[in-house]
Amino acid sequence: MKRSWLIGTIVVAVLGSFFGWSYLNRDSQNGENITAVGSTALQPLVEAAGEDYASKHLGVYVNVQGGGTGTGLAQVQAGAVDLGNSDMYASEKKGIDAHALVDHRVAVVGIAPMVNKKAQVHDLTQQQLISIFTGKVKNWREVGGANLPVVLVNRVNGSGTRATFEKWGLQGAKSADAQEQDSSGMARQIVATTPGAVSYAAFAYLDKSVTVPTLAGVKPSKQTVANNTWPIWAYEHVYTKGQPRPAVANFIAYLQSDHIQKKLVPSLGYISINDMKVERDMNGHVKMVREES
Amino acid sequence: MDEIRESLLKESKAARRDKFGRAISFSALLLIVVVVVSIFYFVASKGLATFFVNKVNIWDFLTGTKWAPGQVDAHGKAFVGAAPMITGSFLVTFLSALIATPFAIGTAVFMTEISPKRGAKILGPVTELLVGIPSVVYGFIGVSVLVPFMRATFGGSGFGILSGSMVLFVMILPTVTSMTVDTLKAVPRHYRESALALGATRWQMIYKVILRGATPGILTAVVFGMARAFGEALAVQMVVGNAALMPQNLTSPAATLTSVLTQGIGNTVMGSLENNALWSLALILLLMSLVFNTVIRAIAKKGAM
Amino acid sequence: MNAKQADKVATIVLYVIAGSVILILAALLGYILIQGVPHLSWHFLTAPATAFTAGGGIGVQLFNSFYLLFITMLISFPIALGAGIYLNEYANQKSRLTGLVRTAIEILSSLPSVVVGLFGFLLFVVQFKLGFSILSGAIALTFFNLPLLTRSVEESLRTIPNLQREAGAALGLSRWETVVHIILPAALPSIVTGIVLSAGRVFGEAAALIYTAGQSAPALNFADWNPFNVSSPLNIMRPAETLAVHIWKINSEGIMPDAAAVSAGASAVLIIAVLLFNFLARYLSNSLYKRLTATK
Repeated sequence: MKRSWLIGTIVVAVLGSFFGWSYLNRDSQNGENITAVGSTALQPLVEAAGEDYASKHLGVYVNVQGGGTGTGLAQVQAGAVDLGNSDMYASEKKGIDAHALVDHRVAVVGIAPMVNKKAQVHDLTQQQLISIFTGKVKNWREVGGANLPVVLVNRVNGSGTRATFEKWGLQGAKSADAQEQDSSGMARQIVATTPGAVSYAAFAYLDKSVTVPTLAGVKPSKQTVANNTWPIWAYEHVYTKGQPRPAVANFIAYLQSDHIQKKLVPSLGYISINDMKVERDMNGHVKMVREES
Repeated sequence: MDEIRESLLKESKAARRDKFGRAISFSALLLIVVVVVSIFYFVASKGLATFFVNKVNIWDFLTGTKWAPGQVDAHGKAFVGAAPMITGSFLVTFLSALIATPFAIGTAVFMTEISPKRGAKILGPVTELLVGIPSVVYGFIGVSVLVPFMRATFGGSGFGILSGSMVLFVMILPTVTSMTVDTLKAVPRHYRESALALGATRWQMIYKVILRGATPGILTAVVFGMARAFGEALAVQMVVGNAALMPQNLTSPAATLTSVLTQGIGNTVMGSLENNALWSLALILLLMSLVFNTVIRAIAKKGAM
Repeated sequence: MNAKQADKVATIVLYVIAGSVILILAALLGYILIQGVPHLSWHFLTAPATAFTAGGGIGVQLFNSFYLLFITMLISFPIALGAGIYLNEYANQKSRLTGLVRTAIEILSSLPSVVVGLFGFLLFVVQFKLGFSILSGAIALTFFNLPLLTRSVEESLRTIPNLQREAGAALGLSRWETVVHIILPAALPSIVTGIVLSAGRVFGEAAALIYTAGQSAPALNFADWNPFNVSSPLNIMRPAETLAVHIWKINSEGIMPDAAAVSAGASAVLIIAVLLFNFLARYLSNSLYKRLTATK
């Protein structure tokens, strides 16, 4: 009994002094912590930029979490985190008071429909696209393709990709109830392997395994998005509550700087905000910002 | 005199230590109870807000078949029909239990009656291993093997109730099996001996005596497995297809309570109707686990008599 | 068909069923290992993960998984031990209250882990401002782990014959002393088995961690063992993506070109770890049993 007391005391003393010593010797640079929460699609970009930033600015630590656009906006609104990553305008999300939030655009994402190869559809008008996704067209024959039933694969309700696609691709129409996938890679895999399947994804996920139809003759590409001839695109936003404190503002400026926009943004499949020739607000008003070159 | 009196009346060191130990272990138990109660309160307060704050009719919620909390119909009411998910959850649960039960009973009988030695050496570890495989891994295999197989066999996308049930079947099999083994072992030895002494074959003994005697225990095991299947999230979400539609057939995409909950919770804003509606789904999950528990207790009570 | 034939048929059917269960497991394990093992390398096991280029590893995730498991056990074991002891040694087995408490524990165990995770998110991450951290994750996992562990402790204690307790009482020991000095040592082998097996489950849990320990794994500085530094592996306030969460994440959002390979490799590592836990449980339980009972 006595011995166990002795050992216990020694263990506590050793642990205590270890923690005490550690506490006294901790790095003094723990002060600046920037926390970002939100869109899982935007997470890799902010995370990679954050690591880059931290390596250049000693003492700043950027902590990036997923959790979804809704979580990000709710948390930044509540003041629990510094940055809320979002795939859509804050005022488009129900339950968010957008007036209190300041929008910082960090990238543009282009979204395109993708069709299974067996459907043999290579061009669609926007009206046809709407008819397909609202369930009016049930066979690819009706839009000039093969005799194959249409299999809709939707994205999760509330996700940024779906909101953007419905707003700009379907002109605000709601797509019919169908299978939902929350990941772009999985959606592409289903479209590639299921005869007659159709879905949509960000440009980064499109590859040769699926047909990407042109929309009234317009090909989805970086250039067509930049001059708004391809209408289905959206900004990736980083929101702050009110004007950010200096450390956070510096990081946002870094996200928008050429260094990140020229290298990191394209390698993640996004389009740099600096390449955009137009600016579009929430209600679709388009403004030219740069001349065509 | 007083010293003796004092030492007799005073609490002994051992008694004090006993009180101390009792208090410590009791507070640990109390902590668990507090955790359970707070989770319950938390989910209930969030889940009931759909009905009390957002004024959704409970009946509409349980029987409505359109789930799109962000949209409103012509009367300005939101579409929060949870019936497709409730149906989906029950379908995958019952189907997986239906497939798992014969396998579990067969394996358990094999382990206890036919070949106890091999049972203990091979099947015991095998079932324990199956318990240990993480649910993401089950989901990963489901997506990369099961779904393409279903697509090739039944057409469609391969995602659906059937795929979900198959994954759940493998996931609950070990739980049901090991619990069945325990009940079979608990059947007294003299039952077996008297049956054999009466001239019964081994199968007659198993079928007419042991399984009959162990029925309450086996039922408990199956219900327990169903409770696990009902609450499983990630693996099911990956293979079920997540379409909040009333299931037309077993191979069309469907959704379960857990799959909709996992997918949607990050995309909604706390306090909004969309978010509260998801918590209502969580409340249903919680109430169902309560129901499963009550059933297990009822069976146990009946079996004990 | 007479009784003898029925007996034969039934025996064959039972053999087939038992065989197919083994086959299912063998197929599962075989598939995961065949898919995953070719991707395993020292580099894969130690390198940090990459977000969008090929060649990322799982080093940080692997460490996080073990560290989180350790912290979880540190919190949950004492609580489970105490609760188990009270339930089996002190509680009035016939009282309704005990029954109610047992039901509460059962419910906690059948609670979907997503719900536990979200509860942990709102209460610890947001309300208590612990942030996405190992501590938040460990508390959420504790909720998930407590019912299992409590039950296994209780069961282990129950298998100790009452004779031992009576012997303790006859020697004038208090109930607590009996428990600490007689019952617990005797029950140790099966308690250890319970711990290791539940460790396997905690190790593979993902849903409860997505919203508590977080989905990002910042690079760690393995030369810095000061638990108060941000990049130290020992810091419990840092976000920590575990292996299971990593698999879930790259299956749903991964954009690195070798996502399938990383996910297969990570699954294989996860399975191997769980296998090791199982063998460890068996070995520990056997050797402890031998040492404590002096049987060969």
